[in-house]
Amino acid sequence: MKPDTRCYAARVDNLDAVTRFVGTCADRFGLDDGTRFRLLLALEEAFVNVCRYAYPEGTGTAEVTCESDGDAFALAIADRGRPFDVLSLPEPDTRADVILRPVGGLGVHFIRTCASSASYRRDDGRNILRMVFRPAESGDQP
Amino acid sequence: MEFQARREAAAVVVALVGRLDAVTAPVYETRMHELIDGGDVRVVIDFERLDYISSAGLRGLLVTAKQLKAKGGQLRFANIQGGVRAVFDMSGFGSMFQLDESVASALTALS
Repeated sequence: MKPDTRCYAARVDNLDAVTRFVGTCADRFGLDDGTRFRLLLALEEAFVNVCRYAYPEGTGTAEVTCESDGDAFALAIADRGRPFDVLSLPEPDTRADVILRPVGGLGVHFIRTCASSASYRRDDGRNILRMVFRPAESGDQP
Repeated sequence: MEFQARREAAAVVVALVGRLDAVTAPVYETRMHELIDGGDVRVVIDFERLDYISSAGLRGLLVTAKQLKAKGGQLRFANIQGGVRAVFDMSGFGSMFQLDESVASALTALS
């Protein structure tokens, strides 16, 4: 699959459009349902993170790229906001009592858990989060 | 997302349909808050037709749990399955809530 890139205003109400774009790429790639679900979950967490935190002083864009990486599906999200590595955030405590549990922190946990691998780089004024999703072997549970 | 509420003797049953994500979670929170403020403090959420949930959706459920706990209410989740089940397992939410195989068994547990 050739790289396909779309640029969106970094607003949460663009989530449906971003999800449709990446879902279409996943279908073209032939990604299995379980991996497709994890891809779209990691996409939401990464995109919403850019919408909420990348541009504290105004508006900006999120550039979404889908491509093949060998046998795997690669998703990259780039923004031009302040330097920030979402992967540097600590893991949340997923065992805490429901009332004691701080709100938030789960998004990056889902990015780490859903992607087969994830990496961050700062390049030419951009934060680039790249996630690779290896398709399930046939016989894997979704 | 659709939010379908109906009253049973033991509780109000809320069926969530579609996606509970960063766009729809605020809608869910508003509707659920109205129910709880209106005095419905025994709640069963039916996930049978919910296809997708993200951290924003889970946060919404957590807000509901906190609101109900503050009012001495009860909350049970029915029919969690598929991708939503996977998200619950990833987050540890599955072990923090009362999960039931069906709405009927959730209602029985509350009656």
